[in-house]
Amino acid sequence: MNLTPEQQALLEGSKGETMAKVMKTLVAFGDAFNASRMIPITSEYGHTVISFGLGLMKPVYELYDKILSAGEVSSQKFSADPRPTEKENVPASFLQNLVCDVMYSQQGKLEDQLKKFGIMSDDAYTCTCYLPEVGNTPKRGEILAWAESSAVVYANSVLGARCNRNSGIIEMMCSIAGFVPEFGFLTDEGRKADWIVELKTTKLPDAQLFGSAVGMKVLEQVPYIKGLDRYLGTELNDAACTYLKDFGAATASNGSVGLYHIENLTPEAVDFGESLIREGAPVYVVDDAEIERVKNSYPCIWKNLDAKPKLCFMGCPHMTYQQLIDWTIRVEEGLKNAGNKKVLIPTVFTAAPAVLRHFEETEYAARLKAVGVHTASLCPLMFMNNPLVKSQPVITSSNKLRTYSSARFYPEMELLTMLTGDKKEGK
Amino acid sequence: MSKIFKGRVIASGTAKAEALVSHGGFNTLASYQTPMLLGDKQVKCSDQNNPDLYKKPMRGKALCLPETIGSTTGGMALYTVCATGKQPACMLFSKPIDTLAASGAILAAFWTDANMPVIDELGEEFLAYVQDGMMIEVAEDGTVTVDG
Repeated sequence: MNLTPEQQALLEGSKGETMAKVMKTLVAFGDAFNASRMIPITSEYGHTVISFGLGLMKPVYELYDKILSAGEVSSQKFSADPRPTEKENVPASFLQNLVCDVMYSQQGKLEDQLKKFGIMSDDAYTCTCYLPEVGNTPKRGEILAWAESSAVVYANSVLGARCNRNSGIIEMMCSIAGFVPEFGFLTDEGRKADWIVELKTTKLPDAQLFGSAVGMKVLEQVPYIKGLDRYLGTELNDAACTYLKDFGAATASNGSVGLYHIENLTPEAVDFGESLIREGAPVYVVDDAEIERVKNSYPCIWKNLDAKPKLCFMGCPHMTYQQLIDWTIRVEEGLKNAGNKKVLIPTVFTAAPAVLRHFEETEYAARLKAVGVHTASLCPLMFMNNPLVKSQPVITSSNKLRTYSSARFYPEMELLTMLTGDKKEGK
Repeated sequence: MSKIFKGRVIASGTAKAEALVSHGGFNTLASYQTPMLLGDKQVKCSDQNNPDLYKKPMRGKALCLPETIGSTTGGMALYTVCATGKQPACMLFSKPIDTLAASGAILAAFWTDANMPVIDELGEEFLAYVQDGMMIEVAEDGTVTVDG
């Protein structure tokens, strides 16, 4: 790899042994992908996936201590993934909360470390850092060193920024150094599409199901998706961006997609069209039968498959402001149709702290509370790591949460039926 | 009968261990999540979506896989597994390595004392040939010998 004199000096120890080791790590990382140089990070903010102080992950926090004690901090402010617990807003027993406290015994230590490294604020804990309320929205073409699969795929695909699927720790090391090895999604060639996905369903498919189908088929490759603009239109408006947020999260967790192009909609697909597609790219057709096949393929590890759900999580990734409003109305209407007053299953909607503050300013917040839905900013995935939560029947509309926990997946409209009892609305 | 494959060295070292084979993408976080949380000494795979590995012990095995998939905590999870001495004996990829697995391998190599050679680009034939329980030997130069 060709390093600048400044980078070479860091590698040789000009800022001490620890920084030299950070540089060696980044050079080795770049070498694994034949990167020829390091390029500067140009986004204003970073984003880290490590937001949970899990007692059993002490080696990570020890490594962070080592870096901090050498005087190294991030060269840019950054946001972080959601916190793992939020006792005041999530229905949980005394014992479940106690186990959470024990599991996440390092949470205070980690948050202190993130402050020292340069987190944006105490509120900057969300997987949807790119939402306007949060304020970490990179511009098209900017170079990022983010981790968090759902945020990376959104930044690349919807915003047109450039970011590889960095791992936790590596993203912090890049932010400390201020540069990243240039390869993959940071290059024009790496952003070309390896697959054509033709959507031929009779209606807009559930975002999380469609994303899951695409992720499991193309794995780490880049899909160019035709036919979705029939339903989402050709403008990246709030509804389209929300759909793509949930779609992308499923592609990234059920496969390892870091970038997708939507014909006539996402920035590079609009500008370059089919010239983005590599020659000989295979075609994957997604029709109603394929969506149904994918949905029926998910294993469920509940001990009793007929158990009555005890908890429902929506918002993995975190919900948008408009999603919170839309779902308030949906739940109200469903309950009214079914003659019910409150949701039939304890339910938590999760969103970024800043998004929830925005939502709290509206009349919908009180209405949502009145129908029995809780709002919180925690990470449902981390919360469900708790063995006492894991052992109970939890349902979700998130394919990411399904992948990483015992939660059972239902498409949004089926979930609505279960929450409200309104069979007509669910259909 | 032995069969020899040659790959690219991502993290160097030598190893000799029984094969454990995932034909689908290996979701690092989903696989290590529960054993890490529960302190499972055998490190049994907790990814219910991976029928090849689910509930099988991974510690000390020669983990044979096409690539890793899933969320970006993957590399950090692998680093932690190595830092706590619960890593597989080696990781052998049929495809070119992905960013998360590479991160984990490199972090482990530079920041822990763990010995976990990682070899990629072993080819589709490797994954088609190797089966659970076969004895695998990894040499420093990326040569992988599979005893059938």
